[in-house]
Amino acid sequence: MEILQLLLGGFSVAFEPMNLFLVIVGCAVGLFIGAMPGLGSVNGVAILLPVTFIVPPTSAIIFLAAIYYGAMYGGAVSSIMLGIPGASTAVATTFDGRPMAVQGNADKALVAAAVASFAGGTISIVLFTLFAPPLAKVALAFGSPEEFALMMLAFGTFIGLGGDDIPKTFFSIFIGLVLSAVGLDVMSGEPRLIFGDISGFFHGINFLVLAIGIYGIGEILWTIETSKGTVAVASATVNVQRIIATLGELKKSIKTMFMGSFIGYFVGLLPAAGATPGSIMAYGMAKTLSKNPGSYGKGNIDGVAAPEAANNAASTGSMLPMLTLGIPGSPTTAILLGGMVIWGLEPGPRLFVEQSDFVWGLIASLYVANLFAVILNVAFLPLFIWVLKLRFTVLAPVIFVLCVVGGYAPTQDMHDVWLMLLFGVVGYLMRKLDYPMAPMVLAIVLGPLAESSLRQSLMISHGSPMVFFERPIAGVTMLIAALLFLLPVFQAIKARIKGVNQGNAGKLGDNSAGS
Amino acid sequence: MRKAEFIMALVLGVFSAYLMWKSAELPIGWQKGIGPGGGMFPFWLSTGMLICCVWILVRWVRRTSPPSQSEEPYMDHQTAVLIGMVVGSLTLMIGAIHLVGVYGAVPLFFIWYMRTLGRHSWTESISLALITPVVTFFFFEILLHITLPKGYLEPLFYPLFELFL
Repeated sequence: MEILQLLLGGFSVAFEPMNLFLVIVGCAVGLFIGAMPGLGSVNGVAILLPVTFIVPPTSAIIFLAAIYYGAMYGGAVSSIMLGIPGASTAVATTFDGRPMAVQGNADKALVAAAVASFAGGTISIVLFTLFAPPLAKVALAFGSPEEFALMMLAFGTFIGLGGDDIPKTFFSIFIGLVLSAVGLDVMSGEPRLIFGDISGFFHGINFLVLAIGIYGIGEILWTIETSKGTVAVASATVNVQRIIATLGELKKSIKTMFMGSFIGYFVGLLPAAGATPGSIMAYGMAKTLSKNPGSYGKGNIDGVAAPEAANNAASTGSMLPMLTLGIPGSPTTAILLGGMVIWGLEPGPRLFVEQSDFVWGLIASLYVANLFAVILNVAFLPLFIWVLKLRFTVLAPVIFVLCVVGGYAPTQDMHDVWLMLLFGVVGYLMRKLDYPMAPMVLAIVLGPLAESSLRQSLMISHGSPMVFFERPIAGVTMLIAALLFLLPVFQAIKARIKGVNQGNAGKLGDNSAGS
Repeated sequence: MRKAEFIMALVLGVFSAYLMWKSAELPIGWQKGIGPGGGMFPFWLSTGMLICCVWILVRWVRRTSPPSQSEEPYMDHQTAVLIGMVVGSLTLMIGAIHLVGVYGAVPLFFIWYMRTLGRHSWTESISLALITPVVTFFFFEILLHITLPKGYLEPLFYPLFELFL
């Protein structure tokens, strides 16, 4: 009952005229960004965060969350029409969405994607509303050892579940944390890591400089490289009759959408996993459970519904740890978390108590954003298809200029713009060699908190690291984190044993053939 | 690709060592009565970075990571020229901001980018080159009150500020 009351309060915030306006604009911008091949929610949120300084924090996060949401819807458009995922989160949508478009059913696929996204969004927001308050209550008892343990858990998921090269993932986490330490040491006030005595480093490296560098400039360079060739846009005729017919067909997919939403939501909670693996898992599960798995990959409408429900659910899921624990569940929420710090809020469990309006306004706005995103998506489908025909040489300079201005705005220092360019180019070069970028951005956001919680914990315990293992919640969290860090080692051992066995089997086979 | 993997790990390794040395300017150990020193956190993390680079190099020697096996070029000639031009023009634009400000550099960047890299018509290039700075001006300077750098063109904006602010 209490939750319902708080939610109603949230709706009164979300329905304030300005917030409502921002939700609609945010959804539209998100749909647009999501539809553009290569750019996804994280790019949109990183590039547009500086723009939100004009409005109060609640409106700012409502706007950015709407972009996040809209981008999850928009990603499907490019996946279906071009066969190129509009964002990495929509990769699985290409599997069946593209064949459907080739068969002349692009409009069906697009409507299915929109409806599934809506289902995924709705189910996950309801789950969110139910889970968030109790979790936040538990988290209120957390001290600095628990905070640090949670952060280790977040980094552990990248090592254990991220699926990227292990030393490169570690490197990415470490460099992000070191970059966050540049500037003045919070505890002693002494300057540290002031490279070449350049005064610009005294105010530290703002996470936005890294985020815009990597997700703005680096991403565009990446897209320029990968989209050199020309691509064919599938044609689609959208009319009301076909939309209604598709809605009828989708009744059969309700179960798939439910399943996709649950998978997406729970995978989305994990920092390293998020919407991309969530949607791929949902696709895999739908195929496995299907009566006719052979039809997947050839234009099965369920193959569009499952991943699209999952990626929207995951985007909501990733907000749960961000709001309740102060640990972002995805790169996009990492940037939102960094934004909260800029807006003067203190992320963490106390947010639910101290900034109730902010939290519940955001939750309520997700319901609103979900509704508007589906309406805008279906109503303006032809417009988003047109966006795909826009040449990248028009978009690229616009985004570059937004990056430069956005990189300058938070600190108003040209030093940061140069740094952003450097991060963008180096990040692009590193990404080409499989260095993952998301852990770095997460690390620079969490870095200051990780350091202070580590140092405070060690001060409490007079230098003994046992403080992280003696307290029950911290201990269990640390244990899970340790297992995640060691997971690749177990996997390597398992692979080796299997390899040896296979090798032996092979030898035996040779022998028997010889004899 | 193989060569690039080696060079990248080496450069990042040297950078890690530099970070370690730089962090060690502050105490990196336990300070009696105060707690961990200010250099501890970055020092041990940079050590971790260095270890990772060595690890990457070991994998390079043993050819166990995908890029260290790949014989494909890191960047083909066409891509290198394209990316080089984009990065070069971005660098020039940011450099030009110091001289002629955002409102001088951005239109020049647009015209250059759209004409040379995009082969768009003059009409398209010039109209975007004019619209973008105007929108930027009203959004950032008037609405957000964030003054963007204007370089030597600063005096030109005084009448505009008088008009709108």
